[in-house]
Parts: sequence; C-alpha cells; structure tokens
Amino acid sequence: MTHAHSAISAETAPVLEAVGITKSFGDFRANDAVSFAIKPGEIHALLGENGAGKSTFVKLVYGLLQPDAGQFFWHGKPFSISGPQQARRLGIGMVFQHFSLFESLSVAENIQLALPAGEVLTSLSARIRELSDAYGLAVDPDAYVYDLSVGQQQRVEVMRCLLQNPSLLIMDEPTSVLTPQETNQLFAVLRRFADKGMAVLFISHKLDEIRALTSRATVLRRGRNVGTMDTKGKSNRQLAELMVGSEVADISRHKEPGKLAGTPPVCRITKLQRPKSTAFAVALDDISFCANAGEILAIAGISGNGQDELMAALSGEWQPPTGDVIVLEGTDISHFDPAARRRAGVGVVPEERNGHAAVPSMRLSDNALLTHHSLGQTVRHGVIDHTATKAIAAQIIQAFDVRVPNDDPMAAALSGGNLQKFVVGREILKSPRLLVVAQPTWGVDVGAAVSIRTAMLDLAANGSAVIMISQDLEEVFAIANKIAVLHDGRLSDVMPADQVTAEQIGLLMGGDDARRGASR
Amino acid sequence: MDALILTVILTSIPLILAATGELIAERSGVLNLGVEGMMLMGAVAAFAITSLSGNPYLGVMAAAAAGAMTASIFAVFTLGLATNQVATGLALTIFGTGLSGLVGAPFVGGTVDGLQAVSIPVLSDLPVLGGLLFQLDLLAYGAFVILALVAWFLNKSRAGLILRAVGNNHDSAHALGYSVLRVRCAAVIFGGLMAGLAGAYLPLVLTPHWSEGMTAGRGWIALALVVFASWMPSRILIGALLFGGITIIQLVGQARGWEMPSQFLSMLPYLATIAVLVLISRDRNFALMRAPAHLGRIFIGTR
Amino acid sequence: MISMTPRKDISMQRTVLTPVFSVLLTLCVGAGIFAVLGYDPSAALYQFFVAPLSRPDQVADLFVKACPLIIIATGLAFCYRANVWNIGAEGQIVMGAVCAGGVALFFPAIPDLLMMPAMIIAAMAGGMALAFIPGILKTRFNTNEILVSLMLTYVAALFIDWLVRGPWRDPESFGFPLTKSYGEAALIQRVELPGIGTIGQLHWGVVTALLLAVAAYFVMSKTVFGFQVKVMGDAPRAGRFSGFNPARTTIGVFCVSGACAGVAGMVEVSANMGQLQPEVSFGYGFTAIIVAFLARLNPLGVIMAGLVVALAELGGDRAQMALGMPKVVTGLFTGILLFLLLAGETFNRYHVQINWPRFGQLKSGQLQSGEEG
Repeated sequence: MTHAHSAISAETAPVLEAVGITKSFGDFRANDAVSFAIKPGEIHALLGENGAGKSTFVKLVYGLLQPDAGQFFWHGKPFSISGPQQARRLGIGMVFQHFSLFESLSVAENIQLALPAGEVLTSLSARIRELSDAYGLAVDPDAYVYDLSVGQQQRVEVMRCLLQNPSLLIMDEPTSVLTPQETNQLFAVLRRFADKGMAVLFISHKLDEIRALTSRATVLRRGRNVGTMDTKGKSNRQLAELMVGSEVADISRHKEPGKLAGTPPVCRITKLQRPKSTAFAVALDDISFCANAGEILAIAGISGNGQDELMAALSGEWQPPTGDVIVLEGTDISHFDPAARRRAGVGVVPEERNGHAAVPSMRLSDNALLTHHSLGQTVRHGVIDHTATKAIAAQIIQAFDVRVPNDDPMAAALSGGNLQKFVVGREILKSPRLLVVAQPTWGVDVGAAVSIRTAMLDLAANGSAVIMISQDLEEVFAIANKIAVLHDGRLSDVMPADQVTAEQIGLLMGGDDARRGASR
Repeated sequence: MDALILTVILTSIPLILAATGELIAERSGVLNLGVEGMMLMGAVAAFAITSLSGNPYLGVMAAAAAGAMTASIFAVFTLGLATNQVATGLALTIFGTGLSGLVGAPFVGGTVDGLQAVSIPVLSDLPVLGGLLFQLDLLAYGAFVILALVAWFLNKSRAGLILRAVGNNHDSAHALGYSVLRVRCAAVIFGGLMAGLAGAYLPLVLTPHWSEGMTAGRGWIALALVVFASWMPSRILIGALLFGGITIIQLVGQARGWEMPSQFLSMLPYLATIAVLVLISRDRNFALMRAPAHLGRIFIGTR
Repeated sequence: MISMTPRKDISMQRTVLTPVFSVLLTLCVGAGIFAVLGYDPSAALYQFFVAPLSRPDQVADLFVKACPLIIIATGLAFCYRANVWNIGAEGQIVMGAVCAGGVALFFPAIPDLLMMPAMIIAAMAGGMALAFIPGILKTRFNTNEILVSLMLTYVAALFIDWLVRGPWRDPESFGFPLTKSYGEAALIQRVELPGIGTIGQLHWGVVTALLLAVAAYFVMSKTVFGFQVKVMGDAPRAGRFSGFNPARTTIGVFCVSGACAGVAGMVEVSANMGQLQPEVSFGYGFTAIIVAFLARLNPLGVIMAGLVVALAELGGDRAQMALGMPKVVTGLFTGILLFLLLAGETFNRYHVQINWPRFGQLKSGQLQSGEEG
C-alpha cells in the first residue's frame, strides 16, 4: 500500500516519519501499520496502555528491532536503521525507561561508551561541562553511576544523548522515577532542546504532563495508531477520552445485582503501605478498600502505577510488617505466606502467566499442583498423588474448554489464551472466597476472554468476592460492579460502576486528582 | 634466603600469567573453570615443541597457541551455543588434562633445555634486587609486562572500557549496540593464551620435564587468585606472591619439622579468598564496583 | 551469527536420543584423536569399553567404581536442578570420611550393630556442615557459591592431611601418614551370595548406592520437596508464588548434596581402605559433576551415567596397562561427552539457526531486509 509522505521542502520536512510500520512476534502483532510524523521543534507524546506497542515502536526507530513492513523517513529521505550505533550516528538519541547505564563505571565512561571511537577523555569532560551549562543539566563526569540518584542517572542518560547532537530525542516514561522538582527540571531541558529546532518523542501516560509539555500526541491501542492530534488547548478530559476510546461508553453492563445486602465484606484492606523496594518500584500509599461477596471490584489504572506491588501484597509474596492490614472474613491474613492464604480461601491469578502463574516447562498436572499442594487433596505426608493432580488438571481443561494437544501437555505448548483459561480455571475451581486476578484477558483471543470473564461473573454470583486489576476499560465496564483507580500507588474512592463514566475513569488513570481516596 | 625469595618469585610467575588471562575473561562476564586444562595443554605443547625443535621460544609460542585453541573450544560451546559455563569449564579441565596426557605420553622421562635467564644490563648489577628481579627469563619479564599492559588496557583504553561495560551489564551493552559475544570471545581466547603461557613456564623453567597433570592444581589456585585480587590487576601481583609463598613456607616448615602449622598456613589463601568474596558481595555498591555483575550469566541477544 | 529461539515442546524422542547420540559421537571423536596420535583406535576402544566387562567379577568391579559417583551425583542432581551450583563435593567427601572415621576410631565401644548407622550419621553431618557454608553465604550475602564451595575443597583436603599426619596418626605406622585401622564393625563387607561367594570387589556400599538413587528418584518425582526443587530451579518467581522459600530451598539442597557426598566418602574409606589417609577421594567430587549432567539431573539416570563414566575410568586403567596410555586419558572421553551433552541440551531447548553474513554488506543508510539487527 503506497502512502504519500509529508512535506518535501527541507524546512518543514518532518524529522522522523513512520509509514505503515508493522512488526509481529509470532502471531502477536505488536505494531500494525503505524504511521505518523514528528516535526522539528516539536515535543510529541506517544500514549497508550501497556502492550499497546510503544516500546516496540521505539525499538524499531532505534534499530534494536527490524520492522516486518513499512518504511521510516529521516528528514524526508527513506531510511533503514541497522542498529543503535547507526541510529546514534544518524542523530537519534534514546533514553530507555530502565536506563542502559553501567553502574560500576564513571559518568564520563558511561558517556564515552555511547559515543563513536576516537573521543578523547579530557576534551569530553570539557564538552560535558559546556552542555551542562547550556541545558542546565548538572552532571559530574567523575562520579560513579551507582552513587547517583535515579534523577541524576537520568540526567546522565540525557547528557549522553545530547553529546551526539541528535535531531530526535526519545524518552520512554521518563518521569515515573522523578520527583516533581526533577520533573520540572527535565521539562526545562526538553523545552530548550525543542527551541533549538530538535524534536522530542515523549512516551507517557500522565495527562497533566502531556498537556504541559507536548504540542502533539499520537495514541496507540493494540498496535494501531488511533489518532494523532494537537495537545495544546485540550483538557484532560478530552485526552482521556482519546486514551480510553469512545467505544467504551457504549458498552452495556450486564450484571448480577451485586453485593448481598447486609453481609460484611469478604476481605477488608486497611491502610496498606509499602515502601519502594527498588528505584524503579512504586510505593503503595495508604490503600484501603473492601471486597464484598457477590461483587467484582475492578482496580483500573495504567500498568506501572503500583499494580505489581499491590498484587504481591494480596497474594502473600510480600507481607506487610504490621498486622490487621489484610483481613479475610474475620481472620487477619496479613502475615500469611501464599500457601497459607490459599488454605484460607484466597485464589490468585498473577499478571504474568509464563514463569509466575505457571511454569512453562512443566506439565499442566504439575502446574495444577503449584497452587494445590498446600490444600491437602493432592499431597499426603509430603508425597504427591499424581492421579489426583492429573484429575484436577483434566477437570480444569474440561470445565474451561482449554484446547490441549494431548492429555497432559507442557504449559509452553498451549496458546496464550488457553494457558490463561487454565490458570484462571485452576483458581476458580477451588471456589475461593476471594479471587484476586491481574490483567485476566491480557494477550488473549476474544473467545477465551469471553469465557474467562463469564467464569469470573459466575464465581461472584455464587457468593465469592473478586478483585480484578485491569487496565482494559472495556473489560472493567463489562463485568465490574465497583471500580477504583490506582495511580502512582494511591487508590481512588471505590465507585459503583453504573454511576461513573469512562471519561471520569480516564481522568483518574491520568492522575487527575478530582476524586482521591478518603484518607488523603 | 635469597634463593628462597627467588623461588617464590619464580613460583608466582605461572600464577600471574594464568590469573591475568582469567581476569580478562571474568571482567567480560565469563567464568572459565577450565584454566587447569588450558595450562596443561600449554605445558605439553611447550615441552613437545621444545623437545622436537630444540628452541624453547618456539615452545612458548606453541604453548600460547595451544592455550588459545583450547579456549576456543570453550568459546564455541558457551558463547556460540549458550551452554552452562560451569559445566563446560569443568569439562574443559577434564578434557585438557586427558588430551595433554595423551599427547605428552611419548615425552615422559625426557628433559629439555628450557628458557635461559636473561640479565638486564645495568639493573642486574644492583645490590639486592639485581639478582632477584633482573636475572629472570624472558617469559617471567613477559608476565610482569603483560600484567602492566592489561592494567593499562582495562583502565585507560576504549577497548578495555567496552570490556568492563560488557561484564558489568550485558543488556545495556547490547542496547548500545556492542557485540557482547564478540567481546567475550576475544576475552576468553586471551585467557586461554595466557593460561597456555603459564603452563609453558612449568616444563621450561620450574621443572624441566613432562608428567601428566604437572600443573598440580595451579589452575584452580589462579581462579582463586582472581577473586582474591578483587578482579584488579594490581592485586594479582601481591596475591600471586602470597599464594606462591605459602607453598614455599609449607615446604620449609616440613623440612624444619613443623608439622602442625603448615597445613593451616596453606589454608589461609583459600580462607582469605572466601572472606574477600563475602566482603565483596555483602555491600551491593561495593559489589558493583568490584565483581563483574554478570559473571557466569548466559547472554542471548534478541533480534 | 547463531540465532536461537526457544522451542515450544520437547519431544520424548529428543530427550532420550540426545544422550545416546552424544555417547556415540564421543566414541567417534575419541577414536579419531587416538588415530591421529598414533594409537590403534579399535584396540583403544576395545580396551576402554569392552575389555573391562568381559568377566562377571569385572562387571562387579564396575559397580564398585561407580558406587561413589552414584552417591555423590544423586545429591548433586538435587542441587543443580534447583540451579544451585555445588562444586565442593570433593571437600564434602573428605569431611564425611573424617567424621565417620572419628566415630570409628574414637568410639570403638559402640555396639557393632550401631557402628555403621553411627558412622553414616556422622558422615552425613560432616558433609552437610561443609556444604552449609556456601549455602548460608549465598542466602545471606549473595556470595557466589561456585567459588566458595571450590575454595573449601582445598581447606578440607588440607585439614585431613593435617589430621592424618598429626593428631590422628597411628604411632605404629612406621611414619606413614595413616590412622589406625578401623575395627571390623566399621568396615563395609563384600557381598557374599550363597553358593557363589564374593563377586569381585562388590560390597554393600554398592547396594546402598543403588537404593539411594532409587529413593532419590522417588523423592524428586513424587514428593513436594522434589517438586519444590524443580520449580525453584525452573521458575523461581512461580516458586515464591506457590509458597516456597528460596533461601530454605538453597540451604536444603546444599545439605542434601553435602550429606550424600559425606556418605560417599565414608563408604569409600570403609569399603576400600579401612583407615584414613591423606587422600580419600580421587577427583570423585568433580567426576560426579559430569555424571550428574550425563544423567540429565535425573537420579535414576545417575545409575546409568555412573556406570558409563566408571567404565571409562576402568577402561583408562586397562588402556594404561595394555597400550601404555596415560591414566588421565579417561578425561578425554568424559570431557568430550560432557561437551556434546551440553550442546545437545541447547539443541533440545532451542531452535538453532546459523545465519551466514550476506556479502556486499552495508554501509549506513542503505536499505536492508529485516533479518540482521
């Protein structure tokens, strides 16, 4: 499919234009005919949920991956990028979300590694100081990277890019690790950069920042570009609409009545606090909510706002230091490890099915054992009853229509959707009092998604409580009775699903503070 | 006393050579446990070629080549086919021991004229040091020179910087566009070359004969030495003298009838190495500074 | 460039054929090396692999040779399966022999029936104690267990050297570094079959080794502990999710393999030597590592693998006598075998492609197809 690319004249030629960029990994289409352009002097935002294809796209631009189809244009001329070194030579600088620094080396050495050979170390120090003044980026060339704060490390990354006189600077979720002051400093640097005629591609999901910093934005959903537009003059509400999609508003909610009146909550979480465990983690701040019998409580939010930490706290892989934080039907399970929580009636489905929820190299019967061994049925005096595990696996396969190549295959042999059905079914068949599930239909085909959601609805209808962490608003509105939004480690108020709109949720997901938790 | 110190210095040469090579390999992130096997291949090559040609310098070159070739087997498996480094290294030791024994069988019982001492003019006339440091053979001088060159290489050259980077974080190195596998391959082969030279020193200077397994565990000591030196070339020298010295002290002790302390004395280098290891790993920052963070981890680049 | 993509499923055929193919290829490569070096390849292979099996008592001796390897490798299988790298079995053997020897030499008054069990327990304790050190250092300080366990092998070897030359030396041994001989009850007897008598050097330790391997297989495949080991090795995050504790797993498998190595040390001394001497292990701790890999970390496979490696060892003895080859040549076979097995593992797990670089390759800025990065 031919596609005319934008303006030909040198001054207005876009710095980078993507036309029909497509990339697949096996059957999974990460980028689907993505096309948009970035003009010189522009700070361009790239928005989208996790897995929408943003990381894949920037890796394609930087030469770490090669596109299956489509073409890039650099300053108007067609181009292919063979690798990061060539990308840097062309004038593309990239700051990864989790950085690509060498901690045991000095700042100057780190910078040197990103430059082509031949740069003498002494003149480098002088150039670093020069750029440092020009952009207000305070960086000490002799410091060792492991000694620096995350904000300082990011400055090193930016400095490293600037030293190569790039015309395009790509930043992947840069502010998720910065304090508000550091964020302002970074924005000042980026604005100066744009003023000099260079372009910035800024990946983020924080609506305030996007409005404050960028001039245009492209939204990706499921690998496709669903819109490129100006951001100046837009309100958060309008941006949120674009991010979550207007189709959402039309979904009819077919639901069971909900909380059985008068019954106490199945699970009460009170003032859950969890400090950051690494520089890239998110601290959980004063989270309190209840999960009620017969209800599905959806916790919406973009990945990276504390969902992993919350899941670990609920599953028992991390335990709060004090008690009375997590109470299940009157029992304080705060200090229970995962096996003990299962015995107490909690079922957990983690986000990552390969390597966390299931072991890919093991058979389904063994994967069934993974969450059944503490429950008594499959193990007696430490000895495994393989007939029982096989029977449980067979039960799950049958009840949840898991398509399998043989009776007891390796988990790795199943498609994503089928493995997810198995993993969800494994928990639901135990009829847990509380089911905690993260991204239940992520990367799953439509048919499997429907059966998983139906299973969760049935479980709730039978009197269990379900906590569903999901960034898929379509799904949230399809099956949740109550909705809360997790942003930056804080939980909003819990709202009944039929009393809140998609745009409101979108705003909260983007950090708009209109409806924050009662404890603040 | 002089003779004793000289013996300590001579005994430390193979350790310096082998440890320097392994240090480069480990700084790039590869743990090669096959040092003993590579040293033996160097030793047998040195003895055989010297025996056949009469020229010990040819023997040295053959040893370097033999070590490098043995190391390339390791590289093919661990870097090319991403096999487990520990198991492959052990296999290399056992294989090298066996092959060297086989190749060397016809040479058992023979003897060679090894490397002669070469006096450095002027310096060798100095009162105390002259006799000790400046009347060594060329390979011994080579050991010190190479050690100094490696120290310079690591800290002052761009290639050395890239090597250190690859060992510190192979994902970042890959993200920046460096070929992790190529860097490691070069490092591993250098390690083999040095191990070969270390092996050559045994039949050509220390004990001019060939017998199977004549390295007697020196390869394992070299591995310990690299850790003891916290992966820093400057400390290899001290460590080698210490480890070498301990063996001498043990012999002296036995000759003088001390029975108890000698084994415990001999344990000290190994216990010290463990202590150094614990100290290094305890503090995460200290560890980052010292140990190549990705030592032993397999790298498979995605495309 | 070699590119590797993980395979989705590993067929049964591949799992079984790979070791078989590796063995065959090893024989070919070994024969080739012999030929190049001037030995008669078929004579060598005969001496190595056929001659040691020509009489029943020789087959029995094969089992005797394999005995320590089987015991140690069984323990190592647990460690390696959990991705914990115990390289110090050689030292744990020594400590087991020392502790068992201590019981035999200094508590001769123990009733005969209890002597063996007491020695076994002491041996297990000794091996476990040494193995515990790299385990605790790894879980507490994140220290590399490969290097720590390796260093401790030297410490243990020096320790027994001191004991046997010093405080435990038999004053009547004419200056040789030997302890007193063990009493009858501390020795492992040859197996005597009614009507046949003894077969070669076959002793009860061999029976123990076989039973141990079978029991270990049962534990590995049928108990929760075995499951824990496998899960923590394959997917540690799934293991934590399941409720298993990483630190406890690490220490647990170190203790298991330490105990096994300790028992092997005790068996070797009590069956073959009858007293302590400075060298009680002849590289068994390292050879057992190869056995464990050859067995693909399966305790039942350890029996077969132990026999194969023992065969190569015995073969080396014969080749030395008959052909004048140096004893260490067995290392040639075991080394090559391990290389090929490891490569085979890679081929099993990944789909390997070799991409030859295309000619007329690229300066920056030219169009390429989407193959090489």
